[in-house]
Amino acid sequence: MSQDFLLPDLGEGIHEAEIIAIKVKVGQSVKEDDILFEVETDKAVVEVPSPFTGVVEAIHVKEGEVAKTGCSMITIGTGAGASSAPAKEEKAAKVSDTKTQILTPVGGASTNGGNGKAAPAPVQTQAKSQAAHHANRDIPVPAAPAVRALARELKVDLYEVRPSGPHGRVMKEDVRAYAAGALESKMGTGAAVATGSRPQPAISLHDKYGGGDEKSEKSGGSSSFSTPSMPSVPGELPDFTKHGQVERVPLRSIRKKIAQSMMKSWTTIPHVTTFDEADITALNQTLKSVEKSFAEKTGSRLTLTAIVVKAVVSALQKYPQFNSSLDDEKSEIVFKKYYNIGIAVATDKGLIVPVIHNADQKSLTQIAIELQDIANKTRAGKVELEKLQGGTFTITNIGAIGGTNMSPMINHPECAILGMARGADKPVVRNGNIEIGTILPLALSFDHRLADGAEAAYFVRHIINHLEHPLNFILEN
Amino acid sequence: MVVGEMVEQVDLVVVGGGPGGYTAALRAAELGIKTIMVDEQPRPGGVCLNMGCIPSKALLHAAEVIELARHARKIGLEFSDPKINVKELVAWKDDVIEKLSQGIVGMCKSAKVERLIGRANFADSRSLRVEREGESAVRVKFKHAILATGSSPTKLPMLFPNKDDMNSDLIMDSTSALKVDGVPKKLLVVGGGYIGLELGSVYAALGSEVTVVEMTDGLLPGCDRDLVRPLQNKLTTAFKNIFLDTKVKSLEVKGKSVQAQFAPPEGNKDIPTSMDFDKVLIAVGRRPNSEGVGLENTEVEIDKHGFVVIDEQCRTADKRILAIGDVSGQPMLAHRAMRQAFIAAEVLAGKQSQFDNRAIPAVVFTEPEIAWCGITETEAKEKGVKVAAARFPWSANGRAMTIADTNGSTKVIYDPESHRVLGVGMVGPRAGDLIAEAVLAMEMGACLEDLGATIHAHPTLSETLNEAALTALARIERQAVKV
Repeated sequence: MSQDFLLPDLGEGIHEAEIIAIKVKVGQSVKEDDILFEVETDKAVVEVPSPFTGVVEAIHVKEGEVAKTGCSMITIGTGAGASSAPAKEEKAAKVSDTKTQILTPVGGASTNGGNGKAAPAPVQTQAKSQAAHHANRDIPVPAAPAVRALARELKVDLYEVRPSGPHGRVMKEDVRAYAAGALESKMGTGAAVATGSRPQPAISLHDKYGGGDEKSEKSGGSSSFSTPSMPSVPGELPDFTKHGQVERVPLRSIRKKIAQSMMKSWTTIPHVTTFDEADITALNQTLKSVEKSFAEKTGSRLTLTAIVVKAVVSALQKYPQFNSSLDDEKSEIVFKKYYNIGIAVATDKGLIVPVIHNADQKSLTQIAIELQDIANKTRAGKVELEKLQGGTFTITNIGAIGGTNMSPMINHPECAILGMARGADKPVVRNGNIEIGTILPLALSFDHRLADGAEAAYFVRHIINHLEHPLNFILEN
Repeated sequence: MVVGEMVEQVDLVVVGGGPGGYTAALRAAELGIKTIMVDEQPRPGGVCLNMGCIPSKALLHAAEVIELARHARKIGLEFSDPKINVKELVAWKDDVIEKLSQGIVGMCKSAKVERLIGRANFADSRSLRVEREGESAVRVKFKHAILATGSSPTKLPMLFPNKDDMNSDLIMDSTSALKVDGVPKKLLVVGGGYIGLELGSVYAALGSEVTVVEMTDGLLPGCDRDLVRPLQNKLTTAFKNIFLDTKVKSLEVKGKSVQAQFAPPEGNKDIPTSMDFDKVLIAVGRRPNSEGVGLENTEVEIDKHGFVVIDEQCRTADKRILAIGDVSGQPMLAHRAMRQAFIAAEVLAGKQSQFDNRAIPAVVFTEPEIAWCGITETEAKEKGVKVAAARFPWSANGRAMTIADTNGSTKVIYDPESHRVLGVGMVGPRAGDLIAEAVLAMEMGACLEDLGATIHAHPTLSETLNEAALTALARIERQAVKV
């Protein structure tokens, strides 16, 4: 018989993936755990292994397409009675040809056996009218006149609005929702290349249209014309091409996810940043002195970041509000009893934050090794998905590049993020004398709903005390 | 006495007092814009009210009553032949016009739209001159102008070997035909479009022997053939002759009659090459009134058909001048002008208004009426749009039977994939009133399921649209089962 392989659940909040590479061909034999696809999700590039052993009968996706979780990817003949393949194929939602199209999962395909009510075929037509309907700009979008008027008023391109009405009809609420979250909604439709949207200038009689003749306007009773009031819509852009050549690239995958989560963070969290400095002159010297032996012993580098992870964990234990999240809906603060420290890693695809889990239970050595491992894997796009989830606090270090300080943005839904700038040699005053010291600028951005400025200052001070006097680590235990 | 000129200064001048012009003026005034409306005719309402839609419908009503009385024999009611008092009929028609135009005068007054009677001529993009009969001319300085000068019947000078014949009383256009200056015994109608058929129907009902000559191979070019067929069947008996594929070569006034030379299609021996008529109605279309208004003194652009070029906000190439109605393009229909009037006035008031209408209904007020909106099957075929159509014959409609007129059909044209309604066509009594629902359906982006699930009063002719949609849905269901 044949087995349909559906795009599996790739982890929390991941509903779709772009297919980067197809590693098998029709007719090829595959063993369980052989890699079938390489897909890029919002968070990382993931290799998808085969759950079956058999022969590839059909591949339903193409490279470059976006597939949704539950979407049929491939049919593998697993030996006995391979004739049922076409029937199976029909049940699964097909991946469309166009790149922009988002696929809908097969209704109930994974629960076929249980409830006895197998999802009927209409899923397919629904997908068609819901997602793909308005891709064709030659056909007017089904929307009532009042909806079209509202769209004009809000300067919304109807083709870009995801419809909620029957048969892909755009409703007033859809237009309002789009206008409210223009950025998010635009990304939702995949390629948001708004080729057909022509910004409609508000026509004010005076400046746009008639204008010019000041004298006659004054005497002609111009006051009778009303001035249009346009609600401002985020994301409205001028025509860049007027000023020179541009290239439009769809907002995809990691970049898209970053845009979404940064927008969410910026719009939902009241950010405050507190700045301080740690004198790491002694620590730096100590690090240098053990660098070689540590590397020989572990194959990894003992970095300042690793030590900061430990210092942060200690501070989080003392000030648990910085390890919490706000549950707005339930009006509760969620204090997490685990310490998973995210490390911001710059990759050529954008910022990714792998997580060191249970950092409180790991030794400095373990952390240093893990840190280097996940950073390398992340840069190579090979980090495991579970390593990208469950963070409670994030550290971002731009010191290797430079920077005297920064104002980092919180990784929603965490409470705070610690930014490290470049630890550089600076004149410092010690016992009335100017000496050369190594100064590390630190910046803590925190959610002011969960913590106050004084607590934040104490929190950063706690970290600094550990960096300046590493003995504190030992005294704590 | 004509002394120099007066000067008026306004925000907006509307040139033309037809359905487009007065609607624009009233809407602009409502939005607080100081407006003057200039019209050549002392009686506002334009062609539509004075020489078009309204008088023709009044006369068509008379024709319908005559026809109904005759028809009543079939249901056991026999009337003797009607005594037609043309004078009284015309007086009643003129009274309808008078009442409606007084209504417009009243509305202008209460909206404080100033009316200026005279011929407007643009001096430049900021002013125009209005020549008034017996009074001093007025120079109107404006910030904006809405051009709504309408259209006039197309003349065919090349048909007349003697140029003077063109102005003979025996040669009518739609305007003079609507005055009904007597009922000719034999009437030639040049043109088988809606104007020719409507007016031909009126004269036929009043007793004329009507001959229609159409140069294409069917009546009402552009309309789907299945809609035309029931009308054509009826007209074949109502009219003396319908000559298709035939050209009128020349018209010559000879005393009290007009001699017409025809060029019938090759090999056709049934159509004579020459016939005499008492009167001739030329109804071959209308031309936009874009000349003689001084538009050459403005930046307004005119296309090769004489239409003023506008965008979807009714703006012309001249930033100060907007244009609406017949002068601004096809279809030349009053209801399009009235919608554009709203848009133009609102655009000037700074509103985000735009002509984004999905359907403009077309109605032929013959007996039976033909009405359609959206895409036609003919158009879909030409453009390669994939459509399907479902029909419902009025012979299966209860209401049609009870009015003893089942000569009708309703069809819905839809996208077989999305089930969206792309067009509707109807033929039958009151089809022009019934089409409104279809136009709304198109504007709302309705699909077959919407028309099918909407309750239609029983027994009414409106049920035929509901039935056509249900027919389509039943077909789709059957096909789905087969697959």
